[in-house]
Amino acid sequence: MKPPPFAYVAPRTLAETLEHLAAAGDDAKVLAGGQSLVPMLNLRLARPALIVDINRVAGLDRLVTENGRLRVGALVRQRGLERWAAREVPLLAAGLRLVGHVAIRNRGTVAGSIAHADPASELPALLLCLDGTVVAESRRGRREIAAAALFQGPLVTALAADELITETRFELPGAGAGWGFHEVARRHGDFALVGVAAVIAREGGRVARARVAVFGAAPTTVRAEAAEHALVGHEPTPKQIAEAAEAGAAALAPVDDLHASAGYRRRVARTLLERALTDAGGRGAA
Amino acid sequence: MGARYFGAAVKRREDPRFLRGEGRFLDDVTLPGLLHAAFLRSPHAHARITAVRTEAAAAMPGVVRVFAFADLERWMKPLPLFGAPPPGLAAAIRFDLRQAPQYPLCRDRTRYVGEIVAMVVADSRARAEDAAERIEVEWAPLPPVTDMRAAAETGAPLLHPEWATNVAVGFTHAIGDAAAAFADAEVTLEETFTIQRYVGMPLEGRGVVAAWDRRDGTLTTWNSTQVSHFVQQGLAAVLELPPHKVRVIAPDLGGGFGTKASGYAEDALIPIAARVLGRPVKWVEDRREHMVGAAHARHQVHAIALAARRDGTILAVRDRIWLDLGAYNVWGIVLPYNTVAHLIGPYRIRNLHVDVKGVVTNKTPNAPYRGAGRPETVFAMDRAVDCLARRLAMDPADIRRRNYIRPDELPYDFGMPYRDGNPLVYDTGDFPAALEAALNAVGYDELRREQGRLRTDGVHRGLGISGYVEGTAIGPFEGATVKLDLSGRVSVATGAVNSGQGHETTFAQIAADTLGVPLDWVTVIGGDTAAVPFGIGTFASRSAVTAGNSIADAAHEVRQKLVQAAALLLEASPADIDIEDGRAAVRGVPASAVPLARVIQAAIPTFARPGVVSPDFEATAYHHVPTVTYASAVHVAHVEVDVGTGLVKLLRYVVAHDCGKVINPLIVEGQVHGGVAQGVGGALYEEMVYDESGQLLTGTLMDYLVPTAMELPPIETVHLEFPSSRNPLGVKGLGEGGAISPPAAIANAVDDALAPYGVRITATPASPARILALIEPRRL
Repeated sequence: MKPPPFAYVAPRTLAETLEHLAAAGDDAKVLAGGQSLVPMLNLRLARPALIVDINRVAGLDRLVTENGRLRVGALVRQRGLERWAAREVPLLAAGLRLVGHVAIRNRGTVAGSIAHADPASELPALLLCLDGTVVAESRRGRREIAAAALFQGPLVTALAADELITETRFELPGAGAGWGFHEVARRHGDFALVGVAAVIAREGGRVARARVAVFGAAPTTVRAEAAEHALVGHEPTPKQIAEAAEAGAAALAPVDDLHASAGYRRRVARTLLERALTDAGGRGAA
Repeated sequence: MGARYFGAAVKRREDPRFLRGEGRFLDDVTLPGLLHAAFLRSPHAHARITAVRTEAAAAMPGVVRVFAFADLERWMKPLPLFGAPPPGLAAAIRFDLRQAPQYPLCRDRTRYVGEIVAMVVADSRARAEDAAERIEVEWAPLPPVTDMRAAAETGAPLLHPEWATNVAVGFTHAIGDAAAAFADAEVTLEETFTIQRYVGMPLEGRGVVAAWDRRDGTLTTWNSTQVSHFVQQGLAAVLELPPHKVRVIAPDLGGGFGTKASGYAEDALIPIAARVLGRPVKWVEDRREHMVGAAHARHQVHAIALAARRDGTILAVRDRIWLDLGAYNVWGIVLPYNTVAHLIGPYRIRNLHVDVKGVVTNKTPNAPYRGAGRPETVFAMDRAVDCLARRLAMDPADIRRRNYIRPDELPYDFGMPYRDGNPLVYDTGDFPAALEAALNAVGYDELRREQGRLRTDGVHRGLGISGYVEGTAIGPFEGATVKLDLSGRVSVATGAVNSGQGHETTFAQIAADTLGVPLDWVTVIGGDTAAVPFGIGTFASRSAVTAGNSIADAAHEVRQKLVQAAALLLEASPADIDIEDGRAAVRGVPASAVPLARVIQAAIPTFARPGVVSPDFEATAYHHVPTVTYASAVHVAHVEVDVGTGLVKLLRYVVAHDCGKVINPLIVEGQVHGGVAQGVGGALYEEMVYDESGQLLTGTLMDYLVPTAMELPPIETVHLEFPSSRNPLGVKGLGEGGAISPPAAIANAVDDALAPYGVRITATPASPARILALIEPRRL
């Protein structure tokens, strides 16, 4: 279980990094936390000619909030965001606590997990739920990609081979917004069989805005728009929530794998939608 | 002998070095000029090999040599096979037994994914792996056999065509008259239970380092094995050397569990490479290799039937048993007969009929793994008993109260042999007391009342009970040498390898008490063939009984020698000599006390005079055990099932057990905890899954789910001590017990939690998907 031969560079600046990525084309892989890449190298499932280690690049480890937006640099570790979020955005903290284990989160980066785009992992769903974007940079320039456009398939994103995510951005839920996060994993820290992240904002008792992301139940993490529509304009009563959950689950296109059938995922998505929306309804200000 | 240490909660003496990261494991062994091996393993479950071309691989950078079967034909002898029936068993049961030779490198056919086809030796492991990718093999695929019951039918594709069948072990066995009991029964119950393929997953994989010294024709090999003397015997035959020219050293082991007690291709291939190349060679198994290359385990189907009276008295059991043995049947009758010998367990059932088929399939070969047939058979029996209780509207505790063998019925003779060929007679124990102790500890009656209340709130909790009686410590012996140095310090060497059991602590406790020295005077060496001439190894819950009693015997003999020397030195009668705390004294005369070092030095000849006795303070013993000791336990699991997701949460787990005299309660509890953890893995998480083409789908630890500390509940242990009558220390085996009952206890608890749905758990692991699939059609 040793990786096949590869060349390795550890640039110090973003410009140098982008230069390497541009020169290598499809043959380069970015190493940040290494929590997905290194196992894939050792299993010889990934065979890049060049590893571009960005850990020494200056300026990529900032975590700031600005105009209701959270900006997370490419080298911010999952554990770093989790600690910050524990006070500020409990939804983020709740989801991050279920990413692997502490030792993994100490190394794994927020941007790395999002770039890896595993359909059953928590961070892409959190990005989607919080109307997030990523900032992608290459020698050709800089663009901002919305979460919904970023995730294109299992481990497939809209990023070009020469692009690096330099920042991920999350919209902070408003002060009175309620949230819910539930997942079913075989063991603590495993990728989820199914999971749900939800935010509800209410005005005058009725749901004014709902954002619900489901993960592990489709080729990418997806918005449960049917569930959102079923709630907006209504009070989040148990009956309304059950209908929303039913609608959200019905719209999913899960697949079978070793650990659960498509039918299981759809059924449990309904359970978890119901639980997450109930939590969100109960936590928020009316 | 005073019992100063025996029975005391002595902290594990080996732990400080492990906790400091200073253990010396196989991968810590390094030698000058060391080369590294990597293997090309078969990607096919079943195929003929028509050509192996190694030229391109041999030309890769850093490669020293590439070996296929033809390149090493001179050294290719079949791997060791185990498990022929001993005479007493062969006389009682007619086994239809077949075992096939497996060569270290495939000769012309592969029979499972992962079987070794070729070996690359290079100057680094990474370069050896790069080169292994360049070996070209021509395969002619053959139809794979993956389903054990289909494999047993006539017309199935054959793994070993010369057998004309895939049934490697076939037999029937009966006691009493099961047919009559079924004919007369008021109630009968029949169900089919499946226990999955799950395996030992030691934190440290296997590994081998070998060095050939051509100056004196000696092969030294370090091997992460539980059975260094077995490895020595195998290598002596392969390399055509006398055993004393083959030294096998088991360094610190990061777990064994039986997985490291089988005979493996790499055990031979690395020493062969060292011999042929004249340079030291190392191979450390990676986890991907472990999944396909290390022994698999479990995997049985039981079509079991019980005959009973309406009052719950069980009259007879009938069972058709299939075992999936993987590709070669390495272990003969061991797993099939263990399964039969432990089916009845603590129940008073006098009529039994079994029909057993151990079947070969195109999968990694099976070997005994912690429990070795017992978790499977206990799952079938205890699940069947719970189904019977449900049918009769009895509490699962009450049906056991009615049927457990009482202590006044011991020794209890089954009228059939144990696996060692000796009569299966329970020696000591109290199974009903264990049942009550476990029920009390968990608070059974209160939890039953709570269960009803919670159900009305939609919370589904359940209790599950399972009990077993386990033949432990199979003989016939273990070797131990005890010797003193000039300062009276003690070295204890035994064939019993320490793979985590705490031998450096418990064996030192026994030796220190017997000799009369402080514990920290004793050094324990396990698994170095140069340190004790004959040995067997650590498996089958055997080391405390076999090695422990050998150490006590040898230490006793050394003590007698010390007493003789001290008597001469102190001018007293040997009968008046006391040895305590490292000092010898004339009884009643404390001022006469001398350190043992002086006694020993008085025996050493000087220019002036010969010693008081010959300075021989050494003894070797091979304590023979008459047959196994019967350890027993009752486990109770308390679970909660989330009926919206199928997830099972373990709330509590209680073990009331008897392992005879307890040498060290801390170590006993640790053993129970570790066993329960592996049993929880079998109950809820772990499964080796193959597809129909014989490809392993669970090839990494992302898919093969080993429970972690996060998944385990608090485990409470109640010690019941019924000393064995079969050895002087009164101890019984303990190592495996914890792993035996959890699948049955937890499945029973899940079944109990879901009683309102009327579902029946018939297979493990009880995964959320399986549970939800049972519940869904029966939603209220």
